[in-house]
Amino acid sequence: MTPDQIIVTVVGLAAAVGVAWFFWFKRNEGVQASTVSDGYQEVMILVKGGYTPDTIRVAAGRPVRLLFRREETAACSERVLIPDFARSAELPAGEVVPVEFMPGEPGEHEFTCQMGMLRGRILVEAA
Amino acid sequence: MTSATNTRAIDPAAPGRGRTTPGGFPAATASGTSPARDRQAEYHTLMRKWWFGAAVGAPTMVLSYPWLIPGLRDIFPRDSDQLWWLWVAMGIASLAVIVYSGNQFFTGAWEALRHRSANMHTLIAIGTGTAWVYSTVALFFPQLFPSAEMTDVYYDVTVVVTALVVLGMAMEVKARGRTSEAIEKLIGLQPKTARVVRDGLEAEIPVDEVVVGDVVVVRPGSKIPVDGVVLEGASAVDESMITGESMPVAKGPDDEVIGATMNTTGSLRFRATKVGADTALATIVRMVGDAQASKVPIQRIVDVVSGYFTPAVVILSILGFVIWYDFGPAPAFTYATIVAVTTLIIACPCALGMATPMSLTTGVGLAASHGILIRSGDALQAAKKIDMIVLDKTGTITVGKPAVTDIVPADGFEVDAILALAAAAERDSEHPLAAAIVEGAAERGLTPLAPTSFEAVPGHGIRAWLGERRVLVGKRAFLEAAGVKAETLEADAARLADEGKTPVFVALDDRAAGVIAIADPVKADSQAAIAALRKLGLQVVMMTGDNRRTAEAIARRVGVDRVLAEVLPQDKAHEVRKLQLEGRTVAMVGDGINDAPALAQADVGFAIGTGTDVAIEASDVTLISGSLRGVVSAIAISRATMRNVYQNLFGAFVYNGLGLPVALGVLYPFIGLLLSPILAALAMSFSSVTVISNANRLKRFRLQEVPA
Repeated sequence: MTPDQIIVTVVGLAAAVGVAWFFWFKRNEGVQASTVSDGYQEVMILVKGGYTPDTIRVAAGRPVRLLFRREETAACSERVLIPDFARSAELPAGEVVPVEFMPGEPGEHEFTCQMGMLRGRILVEAA
Repeated sequence: MTSATNTRAIDPAAPGRGRTTPGGFPAATASGTSPARDRQAEYHTLMRKWWFGAAVGAPTMVLSYPWLIPGLRDIFPRDSDQLWWLWVAMGIASLAVIVYSGNQFFTGAWEALRHRSANMHTLIAIGTGTAWVYSTVALFFPQLFPSAEMTDVYYDVTVVVTALVVLGMAMEVKARGRTSEAIEKLIGLQPKTARVVRDGLEAEIPVDEVVVGDVVVVRPGSKIPVDGVVLEGASAVDESMITGESMPVAKGPDDEVIGATMNTTGSLRFRATKVGADTALATIVRMVGDAQASKVPIQRIVDVVSGYFTPAVVILSILGFVIWYDFGPAPAFTYATIVAVTTLIIACPCALGMATPMSLTTGVGLAASHGILIRSGDALQAAKKIDMIVLDKTGTITVGKPAVTDIVPADGFEVDAILALAAAAERDSEHPLAAAIVEGAAERGLTPLAPTSFEAVPGHGIRAWLGERRVLVGKRAFLEAAGVKAETLEADAARLADEGKTPVFVALDDRAAGVIAIADPVKADSQAAIAALRKLGLQVVMMTGDNRRTAEAIARRVGVDRVLAEVLPQDKAHEVRKLQLEGRTVAMVGDGINDAPALAQADVGFAIGTGTDVAIEASDVTLISGSLRGVVSAIAISRATMRNVYQNLFGAFVYNGLGLPVALGVLYPFIGLLLSPILAALAMSFSSVTVISNANRLKRFRLQEVPA
């Protein structure tokens, strides 16, 4: 192997490992939903190329209201689904759309776009 | 993941939160920001981007290889200054294409990157970006490359790939709009105005202003604006748009009418019972929307795959680059770059992601247009798997209301006379069979006399006096106890009982006058529907509270495989459970109210004949019409939809499974085949369009295809 081949191989393999680490080993603490006056745990989520924040922490046993605000026209994100809670909503660009549900047991649930390309997590924690 | 919590108590689109209009439809469909309009705008934007990309792309393709074209070969010879300047111009033009036509790839990739995720945009942005950077470096710093043959430019890849992928996206937006046509058609059914009577005056008002209790006037040929109950008038109403039943339905006082159906020739006045978001149509629209947005269980597997897919493609392309650089032919760097770019571009996470939702949306919409409401993707997948179907007899196979079916007169008596006598005797009785006799007489235009006196003998019959004459109606033993001989009628009575009917003897004075048979008549199309269900490969079971003899008589007539007779209403769910323990996947068809526990127990519950009460919670599938044919259609549509889902998934997996290795150059050592990035872009756009087109193909599914 020539030196340049060794460099390309080492850099390439490092890049491959880096990509795997970057995309697959992300863990973030997430954003804690704040309780508003009507007793709902509420979080505003920006929909633009992904969900911001994409990890929401809520307490079990109290109703949750996610407020989605979509700021893009790409068709991919036009619907949001929370399959574990049988919830879905159409997100017209520029509007705030509330989606409400009642988390029962502590656990982890996903919310996604219809194609499953954009993803977020709801972490239900013991109250 | 923990199990889901049932949260039906909270409505996600609670009125008053800005999501519903007074008409009860999602605000998004009524206001200016409708998804359809968003989609239309998106389509036009993408098409403009495509045309710009194509306009730059055509000359770029030609001018990238001028030495291959006779006339141009002399104007732009290799290594000439003219060619260098030409390529600089192409570099600027292709940058313009990236900025105008391809900016969404770069912004999309950046947004995704910020979320530490990757999608189609990531792949296209890296692919086209790499080609552009490589070309530009080769153009301005050729000394960095060891050989001159490595300094060709690939601006055509940047431009043409961008243009083709944008075109694919435009076609996708268009086709995606078609999959949701069904629900838009439903929304479009809603009439805008209603004629109501208030303070004695008839006035036309917007349909949103109709309140429960309003008296609504419907003229011939106009739409029924909201749900209600007829007060006066008679007409036939075309309910096909809601129930899927093609024959108009006769309506008279006390009959239910459904908003958005079409009145034909008569006039009706009805009292509004459900308005706004409560109408059957608004509920249907909501249910269809929710079902279309739910997930088919198989998609959970796909979601796991697609979660890993895009980064995996990036890793593959890096490894492809390394392998081609280390082991590939010269110029290795150029080949390695082309392979890496082609790999990024050919991968189509979209085809994978869209495979299930597109078919689901189309299938659920198709079902809705036939009056079949499928609650979710789970119901759809389950409906495909069933191998046994349990039909509740009363109200499902039969009309659910006893009626006079046969009258056998004794010698010297007329059919109508017997019925008139029996009706006179039974006029004031409260026995369910009495109602059938009285109604039977009324249907034949008979006016029974009023009895002077009558006496009911519970469990046996009724004795009435019409002036001086005595009428007996009841069992044979009841007649014989009163000294009336009826053995001449016994053979007929036995035959009727064998047919599953209840024979009632009638006597006038001391003579037997005849036998009236009463039965819950089998619906006209039950037999054909049951035959169709069996042709779909299902074992058909009839469940009833009737005694075994009656049950078997009906079973023989309609042709079911198995009869569960003498089942108490509270035991229905238990019987379904027993069948499931036999290892069967069981569907249950019932009325949704009395049969709710059995419907919930079954793998798939079909609520039938719900009329305006469409939101039956216990059922997985709701049939607005009362015909068993709807069950056949529902199963056929579910199967066709799931078949479509599997075709799409198979296609998407095979496409990516074959495309990626070929792009990586697996075939190169054997047959020297290496894909160009442009071909890869063509294949990629084509694959996602194919998935959507296949889903749209479902719309051509005709119920005639259902075996009859």
